[in-house]
Amino acid sequence: MKVLVAVKRVIDYNVKIRVKPDNSDVDLTNVKMAMNPFCEIAVEEAVRLKEAGVATEVVAVTVGPKAAQEQLRTALALGADRAVHVQTEAPVESLAAAKLLAKVVEEEQPQLTILGKQAIDSDNNQVGQMLAALTGRPQGTFASEIAVEGETLKVTREIDGGLQTVSLALPAIVTTDLRLNEPRYAKLPDIMKAKKKPLSVTTPEELGVAVASKVKLVKVEPPAERQGGIKVGSVDELVDKLKNEAKVIS
Amino acid sequence: MSILVLAEHHDGALAGATAHVVAAAKEIGGDIDVLVAGEGVSAIAEAAAKLDGVSRVRVADHAVYAHQLAEPMGALLAELAGDYSHVLAVGSTTGKNVLPRLAALKDVAQLSEIIAVESADTFKRPIYAGNAIATVQSDDALKVITVRATAFDAVGESGSAAIEAVKTVFDNAQSSFVGEQLAESDRPELGAAKVVVSGGRGMGSGENFKLLDGIADKLGAAIGASRAAVDAGFVPNDMQVGQTGKIVAPELYIAVGISGAIQHLAGMKDAKVIVAINKDEEAPIFQVADYGLVGDLFEVLPELESKL
Repeated sequence: MKVLVAVKRVIDYNVKIRVKPDNSDVDLTNVKMAMNPFCEIAVEEAVRLKEAGVATEVVAVTVGPKAAQEQLRTALALGADRAVHVQTEAPVESLAAAKLLAKVVEEEQPQLTILGKQAIDSDNNQVGQMLAALTGRPQGTFASEIAVEGETLKVTREIDGGLQTVSLALPAIVTTDLRLNEPRYAKLPDIMKAKKKPLSVTTPEELGVAVASKVKLVKVEPPAERQGGIKVGSVDELVDKLKNEAKVIS
Repeated sequence: MSILVLAEHHDGALAGATAHVVAAAKEIGGDIDVLVAGEGVSAIAEAAAKLDGVSRVRVADHAVYAHQLAEPMGALLAELAGDYSHVLAVGSTTGKNVLPRLAALKDVAQLSEIIAVESADTFKRPIYAGNAIATVQSDDALKVITVRATAFDAVGESGSAAIEAVKTVFDNAQSSFVGEQLAESDRPELGAAKVVVSGGRGMGSGENFKLLDGIADKLGAAIGASRAAVDAGFVPNDMQVGQTGKIVAPELYIAVGISGAIQHLAGMKDAKVIVAINKDEEAPIFQVADYGLVGDLFEVLPELESKL
């Protein structure tokens, strides 16, 4: 079966972000970018399905600026067969991203589409669910284990309080949680080979999707700073401070 | 304006977080209805009817809503949403699973994990693992919102709302429930606990997490963990506090053997008082801790337990 995997270019998760002085947004100039960690897990799962003989083709897709092709090349180096880039320099919110991906799903007709559960920039956790709704497919969100069993997909999901297992009729949409797998690193020869793999480029206009959102970013501020604390010298002092100064224990 | 709040419930009981979401709904203003969907949920509906500010509880009680699978739940919410200007749910795994599906079915955006209500169309929400706070304004006719429960105080329980049945039922041939494995715990729920004691990689092993038990018992605390401790296999992942785990804001958070990575801080930096116990005095956790104790946790924890 064909597997489609969606990836997003985001700020590297180790970078400490800065808010722009005019509070218009987060400053992303000259900041290291990378593939969203949850998307790495999605690519890894797709490649493992191919290695297991379950998937016949893995197609990576991204929506974003020209530079996002770096992340598609990373996905190709990790084992994806070809890539689709929906290129736009405009900011794309979750709903528009889901509509664009729905068009790609319509064209490619994958049996399984894998996304990360959330991007670490907007922290939305929406696109996979929205894509499932728009394509009329069932969803297996926050997956920590998946298994293809004939025409169905068994998904173990991380829920509050434990794990839940559901069975979905294929074709389906899955979003990855952290413990689904441990992504591999791209090897240098694979990075070289990835440069020759096919990468097709389209645009929101060609797909007939308007990316404008009805949600306006009014301002972005740094969070309230915590007051600097103190170091105590002993357990006795700690207990005393908690009882008599902070008054959080009795 | 009228607001629909999706009730959160587990094991036949209304989850405490629902009362926090009703509080957010009160700040928006307007009539507040609560939807209780599930199977055999009459007791949950009665509990929801007691929440202050709720004018009506709508109950969809049917086998298709058992386990609140996203496909029938999304369809049900989309059917009911026409009566409302806002649909709110807890930013729990259920809320996060279901609400974006509703939003897409209604062709509107969703605002995730709001922490403040500025007005009926403007909200604050954290982005970049809580390292920035965005103020967003939605012009959509229907606002679909998940609420970070810890950012709002729970409403009281002196109300007596009317309860009425919702008869709409959807066939669901797309998904089915197979089973679940829930972690057993006698302690308070992590997201709602007033005191949380968390262990990190510095705990060294899962066995050593028992060192936290005595302290948690004495303080009536829930026990949490950092992602490092979960990834190392010390404890199950539903104990994880952080950007990708649970977000907590207790009165007291005690971080033991936790360095304080950005990912972890995103889950706990709104705690009222933070205590850090770590042998590395350079650990970033000390930058957010109100009280820091540099020392070996294997010596500090037994002493702390004996002195509480």
